[in-house]
Amino acid sequence: MAESRQTSGRSHGWMGLRRGHQARPLEWLGEKAILGVSLSAILMVFLIFLFVARESLPVLLGLADSGVYHEPVSLEEMARMPRGELADYLDLSAAEMERMDEATLKLLMEVKAEEIAAAPEDKDARINTVSWPYLLLPHQWTGYDKPEFIWQPVSAIHKYNVVPLFIGSLKATLVALLFAVPLSLAAAIYVSQLAAPRTRELLKPAIEMLAGIPSVVLGFFALIVLATVLQNTFGYQSRLNALVAGIALGFAIIPVVFSIAEDALTSVPRSYTQAALALGASKWQAAWKVVLPAAIPGVFAAVVLGFGRAIGETMIVLMASGNASIVSWNILDSTRTITATIAAELAETVVGGHHYRMLFLLGTLLFAVTFASNLVADLIIHRLKARLEGKA
Amino acid sequence: MDVQTPQLHFEPGEREPELIHFRAKSRDWASCLFTGLTGLATWLILGMLGVILVNILVNGWTGLSWRFIISNSDQDMFDVNKAGVLPMIVGTAARVILMTLFVIPVGVTTAIYLTEYARTTSLLTRIIRGAVNNLAGVPSIVFGLFGLGFFILFVGGLMDRSVLGGGPEPRWGKPAILWASLTLAVMTLPVVIVATEESLKAIPQGLREASLALGATKLQTILQIVLPQAMPGIMTGGILSVSRAAGEVAPILFTGAAYYMASYPKALTDQFMDLGYHVFILSTQSPNIEQTRPILYATVVVLLLLTFALNFVAILIRTRMRKQMRALH
Repeated sequence: MAESRQTSGRSHGWMGLRRGHQARPLEWLGEKAILGVSLSAILMVFLIFLFVARESLPVLLGLADSGVYHEPVSLEEMARMPRGELADYLDLSAAEMERMDEATLKLLMEVKAEEIAAAPEDKDARINTVSWPYLLLPHQWTGYDKPEFIWQPVSAIHKYNVVPLFIGSLKATLVALLFAVPLSLAAAIYVSQLAAPRTRELLKPAIEMLAGIPSVVLGFFALIVLATVLQNTFGYQSRLNALVAGIALGFAIIPVVFSIAEDALTSVPRSYTQAALALGASKWQAAWKVVLPAAIPGVFAAVVLGFGRAIGETMIVLMASGNASIVSWNILDSTRTITATIAAELAETVVGGHHYRMLFLLGTLLFAVTFASNLVADLIIHRLKARLEGKA
Repeated sequence: MDVQTPQLHFEPGEREPELIHFRAKSRDWASCLFTGLTGLATWLILGMLGVILVNILVNGWTGLSWRFIISNSDQDMFDVNKAGVLPMIVGTAARVILMTLFVIPVGVTTAIYLTEYARTTSLLTRIIRGAVNNLAGVPSIVFGLFGLGFFILFVGGLMDRSVLGGGPEPRWGKPAILWASLTLAVMTLPVVIVATEESLKAIPQGLREASLALGATKLQTILQIVLPQAMPGIMTGGILSVSRAAGEVAPILFTGAAYYMASYPKALTDQFMDLGYHVFILSTQSPNIEQTRPILYATVVVLLLLTFALNFVAILIRTRMRKQMRALH
């Protein structure tokens, strides 16, 4: 008896509601609403993945077919065809399709039928170019003398090999990291450990000002100024290439790498430095041999996040990389990246067509790559902070 | 006999006195060299930032005129003497203002939950924080794809098929300023959450306790005591998100930006012209890049001034807020 009275005294009332909440149902609702709204960030990440992946699902599952060989379609069948398929058959974009009147369409149908009848069949015409082997492996297309990786979605036979784009993205990103990481790490060490406090308070916001420059402005600067200057200095062939795009990308990631590395270095307890100095180390020795090793996971996380940011950056590479999809590891060649491909080509595609789905597939892959790099960086920083706070 | 012990523990944000400078007796050349090198790297970054800004300002100043800022582009947007950027300024302003209407309520509510209600160790809190961090790292072009796939094709398509749509032409299921703003709102959500959280954490716990002690409920305390105090922080978050969104082009490429429009956007379903997108057009699609260079540079200056001014205001508010908070503590 006594026991039950005790528990009821401690219980939270009906269905977990406290007395106060029962008295104020509106308030209870309000608090539940706050919880509900705060779940929106989770919902959004989920929706982004869901809807970007959804559009690419047919390609992902191998259900799409991009074979371009068509049996000629007669005029009677044309009326029954869905408009999207008809547009595909006539090689028209959705916008062009809208503008056509019935008579022109019929004319186009006749031309197409004649074309099909006249042309000798290309051996590649029946290939489903959006199936996985053709997306990843080289293939010897008609007119080429050896198997090659080719992304060429606007030709007669749509070639969707993603390898050139991945190489392009990695190339520009590597240049960006090589340029930005040493600079921003050195700056982070200097600002957090070596500079006088007064200078530090000026330097930190000044470097972070770089983050305020819109990427389209950096792209513009790379395209108009940097490309010309670099070409005049080094005298290479193609004006826009991975080097130009990479350096501009580097500018974009310097503030990211800098502020995270600086944060990690600053979060190392001051007592570490003080102990080192007391033992007779110079400020530099304390920073290099004590603080940096303690903060090394945070520095690594900064580089990982910089990588994620660089590979996902769009406008800079779209404007400054030259956009030629060649398989080459030479940084002085014109380069086409994943992001620039999506940005440049999506507007021309038919909604639901295989080109459209391929671009969404690229988006899905990009999302997966940056999601993974964010997650890794997040975990590293979390563990580092916990460790440093535990030790301090 | 008062012996002053050195202060060993510092609150975050509190200024630490500088470490005592030891000047090594024997000159340590490695120290000198590496301190010099890291300092050089710092100044190199700042120097490059300076070069970019000076180049843009010097070249842009000549093309910048009052007429350029306040006139329309109804003649020819590539004509140096007639082109103006007013429609782009209006379009950019409209889309970011619309965006704040969506992002601030959601962002502030999330921040309130995270600081006032959530237990820091609970799994849900960690998942929310992870999601916010991840949202901040999603590439902007993926937001563009998301805007197209979700807002335009899915939500817009649903609205067209419901009573809201009219006629065979899609009314909602096409690029529009509404969808562009919503896409940007999703993108800048982490900015607002982080800034608001910071300002909520800066409010002294005693203020909340005093309010609760007077009999106010938790929600009343939050709405009437905590939120008014956090206002500067919320404003900072809003301004930072606006300055971030104002310069973004990739998310609006497919969700609402127009290459050229003869009129201003009048409805939520209209497309719009945009400053950043216009910079892209002028630098890549110009028929004669040499001739249009003055208006290109001038447009860049307008865009930069806009984003920097916003950043500057945000920094000012934040500094003032921090000072006030320090006084309160």
